[in-house]
Amino acid sequence: MSTKFTYSEKKDTRSGFGAGLVEAARKNDKVVGLCADLTGSLKMGDFKKEFPDRFFQVGIAEANMMGIAAGMTIGGKIPFTGTFANFSTGRVYDQIRQSIAYSDKNVKICASHAGLTLGEDGATHQILEDIGMMKMLPHMTVINPCDYNQTKAATMAIAEYEGPVYLRFGRPKVPVFTPADQKFEIGKALHLIEGSDVSIFATGHLVWHAIEAEAILQEKGINAEVINIHTIKPLDVEAILKSVQKTGCAVSAEEHQLNGGLGDSIAQVLSLKLPSPLEMVGVNDSFGESGTPEELMEKYGLNTQSIVDAALKVVERK
Amino acid sequence: MKNQPNIDELQKLASQIRRDILRMVHNVQSGHPGGSLGCTDYFTALYFHVLDLKPGFDMDGTNEDLFFLSNGHISPVWYSTLARKGYFDTKELGTFRKINSRLQGHPTTEEGLPGIRIASGSLGQGLSVAIGAAQTKKLNGDKHRVFVLMGDGEQQEGQIWEAAMYAAHNKVDNLIATIDCNDQQIDGRVSQIMGLEDLGKKWEAFGWSVITCNGNNMEDVIRQLEYAKSLSGKGKPVMMLMQTEMGSGVDFMEGTHKWHGVAPDDEELEKALAQLEETLGDY
Repeated sequence: MSTKFTYSEKKDTRSGFGAGLVEAARKNDKVVGLCADLTGSLKMGDFKKEFPDRFFQVGIAEANMMGIAAGMTIGGKIPFTGTFANFSTGRVYDQIRQSIAYSDKNVKICASHAGLTLGEDGATHQILEDIGMMKMLPHMTVINPCDYNQTKAATMAIAEYEGPVYLRFGRPKVPVFTPADQKFEIGKALHLIEGSDVSIFATGHLVWHAIEAEAILQEKGINAEVINIHTIKPLDVEAILKSVQKTGCAVSAEEHQLNGGLGDSIAQVLSLKLPSPLEMVGVNDSFGESGTPEELMEKYGLNTQSIVDAALKVVERK
Repeated sequence: MKNQPNIDELQKLASQIRRDILRMVHNVQSGHPGGSLGCTDYFTALYFHVLDLKPGFDMDGTNEDLFFLSNGHISPVWYSTLARKGYFDTKELGTFRKINSRLQGHPTTEEGLPGIRIASGSLGQGLSVAIGAAQTKKLNGDKHRVFVLMGDGEQQEGQIWEAAMYAAHNKVDNLIATIDCNDQQIDGRVSQIMGLEDLGKKWEAFGWSVITCNGNNMEDVIRQLEYAKSLSGKGKPVMMLMQTEMGSGVDFMEGTHKWHGVAPDDEELEKALAQLEETLGDY
């Protein structure tokens, strides 16, 4: 298999967040960081060390953290909250809904350990519903970058954007293939590979798997287009329609429930504007469990082979 | 130091605000008059004597005192106070809870009403927000204070106690919180639904400076708020436990939780207004 993108190292996306936060804070003294007892896991240690007066430890009290972050925006601060994705969303949904989204506060909700790749801790911590919850909130922007470099760039980009943002990233080390100098444009899908037979729309950790799937499909004579949808809301509707107009069918791939995720958003766009066959790769109405990230991604059908299978199936449906 | 308070003038204002509250909820036959009437003296004292406010309104509120209402359902008293203070035209009070109004059932920033800096209504969140705003003031070197009002029933929300711990631990001493202690909540007396026991001892144990106040005595409200200001800046957040009577100012609305979220009918409105002097002209 010869992929069109290569990588020289694997790094965790959360470290991209940690590095991006330090850079954003150096550029803008309004940036402050809040953490709910997970400074090491969120890679916020460097920020804390360099900006001790701008780091706020809130303890194991995520609801309070969201309220404090909302309040800190009054007077001009740009708060970045850090905890696991589970505790960044479901646990504090009403606080986010009322004090941040409805109040349109400039809070950046930064969420690590999203999805199955959290691994051995099991389903209590493997949130697979967060994209759905957050994309439903008016005013909220939802971003799910794919690798270290893109997460770092996204972290810096959201500091410059005015409004509430949900930034989702993960725990495991994954291939770094995004150029380090690539600017992150919120809401702008990234065309990674041109193709004509099927459009693969992937987000987060699944983008690398989509790149691998493209190489396998090429060997089978199928010419796949790969698009990185790092911003789930606002969705780049134009890029999706343009691609599917050319290919005639689509596959979505994400580390999330099928209900409420990226695939769900794409299905809405296609059924309203360009009815076309769509296959969705994601978790099918189930909780996760303990295991290694690789074992879990295979068991729940979220790996390269799942994308290949979905593409073969959807091409047949054209 | 500010001028001595003109108690007579403040009481006249409070009488007009109480009339506004009753007319607003009567007009749409919905809203929360009970707690609004109980807290009228506090709002009047706060906005017309205690708070150091700039003219006009901007979201950041830099170089002025800030106020947050956590128990957002008593929006009528806040809206009337803001209008009487000049944040918007008193005529707008007639749009309360109506379609296309900036005066939503519960306060919100969504419609851009001057004076409101956060949405509230879902209980337990305002103290955290006030703490955040107070910390930003400290980071900005802004010496002004942040005030927040909560309900006593609201103390049943867990987030309040997360915030209580945080503010004391982090010495957020530019924060003056108040709890409206009227011992009423929707299903009955707070002490019967989910008793708070000794609330003062609880807040003291969490590390706050605690004072008490008779919330329906204008002189005492002002005296205690001034005392609270004198306690701020000394390493501890300040909590004022304010005893009020739900429905205060209207005899048949006092001493019961019946008027928590019920509007008076035509006859009840007339009876209530007869007890409150029209001092500044109805809207």
